[in-house]
Amino acid sequence: MMLTRFLLEKIDRTGWIFLVLLALAAVMVPVLNLAVPPGSPFHVSNTAVSLWGKYMTYALLALAVDLVWGYCGILSLGHGAFFALGGYAMGMYLMRQIGPRGVYSHPILPDFMVFLNWKELPLTWWGFSSFPYALFMVALVPGLLAFVFGWFAFRSRVTGVYLSIITQALTYALMLAFFRNDMGFGGNNGLTDFKDILGFNIQSQTTRAVLFSLSVVALMIGYLLARAIVTSKAGKILIAVRDAEARTRFLGYRVEHFKLFVWTVSAVMAGIAGALYVPQVGIINPSEFSPANSIETIVWVAVGGRGTLVGAALGAGIVNFAKSWFTGAFPQGWLFALGGLFIVVTLFLPKGILGTFTDWWKRRGETREPPAGKAVGQPAE
Amino acid sequence: MIRRPGLVALLAALLTVVLLAPPSARAQDAAPLIQRMATETFNDIAGAVAALATSGSPRAAPVIEALRDNRLVYRQADRAVFIREASGSFVSALTGEPVTDAGTTRPVRLNNAVRRAIDAAMGALTLMNPDPARRAAAAEAVFKSRDASALPALEQAIGQERDARIRILMEEARAAVVVASPEANEADRITAIGVIQRRGDQDALRMLGSLPATAPPRVREAAESASVAIRRTLAVWEAVQNVWYGLSLGSVLLLAAIGLAITFGVMGVINMAHGEMVMIGAYTTFVVQQVLRTMAPGLMDVSLFIALPMAFLVAGAIGIAIERLIIRHLYGRPLETLLATWGVSLVLQQAVRSWFGPTNREVTTPSWMSGSFEVGHLAITANRLAIIIFAAMVFAALLLFLKRTPFGLQTRAVTQNRRMAGAMGIRTNWVDAFTFGLGSGIAGLAGVALSQIDNVSPNLGQGYIIDSFMVVVFGGVGNLWGTLVGAMTLGIANKLLEPYAGAVLGKILLLVFIILFIQKRPRGLFALKGRAVE
Amino acid sequence: MLIDPMDTQLPAEPVKAIERPQIVTQSLLYLDGVSVSFDGFRAINNLSLIIAPGEMRAIIGPNGAGKTTMMDIITGKTKPDTGDVIFAGEVDLTRLDETAIANLGIGCKFQKPTVFESHTVEDNVDMAVKADRTVFGTLFQRRSAEIARRVDEILGIVRLGDHRKRLAGDLSHGQKQWLEIGMLLAQDPKLLLVDEPAAGMTDVETAATADLLKDIAKTHSVVVVEHDMGFIRELGVKVTCLHEGSVLAEGSLDQVSSDERVIEVYLGR
Repeated sequence: MMLTRFLLEKIDRTGWIFLVLLALAAVMVPVLNLAVPPGSPFHVSNTAVSLWGKYMTYALLALAVDLVWGYCGILSLGHGAFFALGGYAMGMYLMRQIGPRGVYSHPILPDFMVFLNWKELPLTWWGFSSFPYALFMVALVPGLLAFVFGWFAFRSRVTGVYLSIITQALTYALMLAFFRNDMGFGGNNGLTDFKDILGFNIQSQTTRAVLFSLSVVALMIGYLLARAIVTSKAGKILIAVRDAEARTRFLGYRVEHFKLFVWTVSAVMAGIAGALYVPQVGIINPSEFSPANSIETIVWVAVGGRGTLVGAALGAGIVNFAKSWFTGAFPQGWLFALGGLFIVVTLFLPKGILGTFTDWWKRRGETREPPAGKAVGQPAE
Repeated sequence: MIRRPGLVALLAALLTVVLLAPPSARAQDAAPLIQRMATETFNDIAGAVAALATSGSPRAAPVIEALRDNRLVYRQADRAVFIREASGSFVSALTGEPVTDAGTTRPVRLNNAVRRAIDAAMGALTLMNPDPARRAAAAEAVFKSRDASALPALEQAIGQERDARIRILMEEARAAVVVASPEANEADRITAIGVIQRRGDQDALRMLGSLPATAPPRVREAAESASVAIRRTLAVWEAVQNVWYGLSLGSVLLLAAIGLAITFGVMGVINMAHGEMVMIGAYTTFVVQQVLRTMAPGLMDVSLFIALPMAFLVAGAIGIAIERLIIRHLYGRPLETLLATWGVSLVLQQAVRSWFGPTNREVTTPSWMSGSFEVGHLAITANRLAIIIFAAMVFAALLLFLKRTPFGLQTRAVTQNRRMAGAMGIRTNWVDAFTFGLGSGIAGLAGVALSQIDNVSPNLGQGYIIDSFMVVVFGGVGNLWGTLVGAMTLGIANKLLEPYAGAVLGKILLLVFIILFIQKRPRGLFALKGRAVE
Repeated sequence: MLIDPMDTQLPAEPVKAIERPQIVTQSLLYLDGVSVSFDGFRAINNLSLIIAPGEMRAIIGPNGAGKTTMMDIITGKTKPDTGDVIFAGEVDLTRLDETAIANLGIGCKFQKPTVFESHTVEDNVDMAVKADRTVFGTLFQRRSAEIARRVDEILGIVRLGDHRKRLAGDLSHGQKQWLEIGMLLAQDPKLLLVDEPAAGMTDVETAATADLLKDIAKTHSVVVVEHDMGFIRELGVKVTCLHEGSVLAEGSLDQVSSDERVIEVYLGR
């Protein structure tokens, strides 16, 4: 009761529209995919389900990034690391599910370990045959890493571009580490060739439709949680930290605790997004850790509108849709478009699509009152 | 000694002429010896082999080799000796000339005595080969085999040898034989151990380690202490070598990072497109070389000196354009600047990829930058040396520029207190633009240097950008010396870690170290302090 | 019961309480021999200063005298190289960070007005009001009637009641100064440090600010750093003049302003 109140009380109109649309998608997309025959104009193709499911996980990742960047001013260039760690945790579960059906038919060891001539399962892989344990790790590993990293970084007041750069170094270091075969996570090739999840064939269309719906539900819950955090008093303090960190400290707030809290929550969200991503795309490899991926996530948020949550999720959808279209139509053009997007959005749309739109809407509706003030994200000093 | 193929060949030719009598004359002497092999008497064959080996004849080696491989035959009719080639055709053993018809032949037969003679002869032969490289290799072979039968040939070779370096190798080989030989007297063996200790490399260590347990205790003791001493010096040399590699890596990092440090220091913005400026510098080198190759091939050796100013100007101009068009509008929003410049970097990468193609482009290394030489046990390659010197020059020039010119003064003023500098009439926006141009131009210079040691591809810059950030973050902002110390520390630490942890793990460790370090010193090693920083 | 390790190790000797002289224990703020330097420049040089409970003190001095650095030392922003900074007779401030110091009851207002510009005026004050400041406390906290009453009260004092729903970023410079003072009050500190409250204000606003500070000083200790001599005269309190990081003169405004050295370095002839 209290939790529902905590989650639902502050949802605004945009939020409700967003939630209703998502709920519709969660129900309708599987129905239109599974029940409507392929010939019908209302049929949603199998590829579309996978693609949109992927977008939903990206949207959740964008939400996580927006939570720290939009509301707390922490520009993370390493959120891809949390996403990938969550993905690896899920991937390890899926690898263990293969069992003796691998190429080498080893009852326990995944193929790549047999290939590397390993004799027993490394400690890190223990327990991953259990789904609840894997789920626990999906949240724990990114959360713990974020907590430890944040504990050191925020306590020492590493801020601004310094923080951005070391988050980038973090994901870069992890990428190098996961590329190594002796880390025991499949090296270069990562984890792939999954067979089933909780006993359901991962290739079957029903499983895919269910995974899509689950991703949508995760996005909805993520949104509700993020919204509840940012509208609470703690959320106001996060914004205060973003705008005037020193001032907040002089008011007697433990800035580092607030940052650490939101940072860890955000990392766990990113991890869950990664865990939902992996079964839908069927592979996880170290390139997910690449710094470029993390930075691309930032542009989703920037395009949609930082500090708006819904905008971030929207941005993830728009940019990735554009990416799919571009790579089909002008493969050469995509990097130009993406690069241009970074420049155009930072220069001309600092509030992103949604932020700009709501500003315009407000100004139109409330001509009597003075226009709402400052742009989001003007740093204090 | 600088190793250049042409020079070596010339030297070898000269040595041949000087050291050896005309080959034809020797060949005459060899003829009867070769002839003597056309027999069934093993003793004669063995004697002929030994004599031929020391004759110095150029025919000695092919003939004895053929004998060893059972390819030496003689015609029963006139006892003419031939060598059967791998192809099945025959050549004259005396002259090496092909013969059209060898007739009925039978092989020269071998027994163990002959085989022993051959082995000894082969060693001796190459020890007196006209080619110094072969002689050196032969001495090394004896050093490793410690074959006592090579001793007489070795003694003779030492007597003849004029090349001091090869003579030392031969003496070391002799010492190795003596040390290993149970017949030699104790004093000689201990002296020999001294010679091997002086050699002081891994082979020497292995040699001393293989001394049998039956050797007299005093010899074993001497070998033991020599091993310890060698190990100690080797460890020092290895460290020195790694430091040297580290210095060269540090110089590369310095070149890549110093422009970044300037822009970050002065403007407080991170230029994510900095790596692309490096890449553009490298591509400028490529283009300059392409143009020279068609227009003025004679200038290829100085192509880098033409490429340097070009790269500086091209990258600098692009830098100024970026500053004027984009960064200027984002002043005071460092995180947005970071994102916008990342966008620029994507565009530049893709532009270069569309223009020059995604594959690596070939950049020629001028001849004066190839080759290597040794200082003690330290191998120094010319390109590494060149980059270290170049980095030092760039650093010094920049330091002078910032300390001694009005522009430098203005730049430093803006670095320390932008508002105050502005209030004093410094046009901070022009300082920004030129600083950005300067930083980018230096990145272009770095690109010229990197084109010599790395693949010139559109991704070139991406490989250095994170390392450059680490240097800047570690060294601290607003202080060139900090960047220098940061680059060298990271370069050397990287190379010192590599032998223990491997290249990748070493790098990971270093990244983790910096992530931890920045907790302790959030503003780097040499940070500006005081109220103005806030 | 917890056993003090000192006790177990040295049973013969009683635990040593750090004995402080009366002058320390009776003061609210006690600075002694404080020095700090930045890259060789001594911003504060052997500074000693005592603020009594309930006292209001004005700090004057030329630019670079170390006024703001002194504030930074008290608030924990800057750590002194040497010297004692003791609050309420017993707390060593040099060992604490800004948050801890703020929660001890030292509030400060920066030279540059700093309010949370994307929050409303009301929210600004709300965040400053004494309440649970932990992450989880604030996450589930609702504005209680008590807090709401306190916010109203503060907004009344700083005369921003009509602007409560506006964004703080939209306020005028003077209003921001007042909002910040209001936030200070909301914290209910024992000691207020106010850096140049009158900077950029009109004469009317300056006078009103002086009145406000005098009001506040009735119930709080206040340290005001100010350049405006008229403002200080209006406050009518003991004045300390800093120069080159140490105290040059101390006393009533008349005493200080007639001091030869003060005239020399600061007031001019």
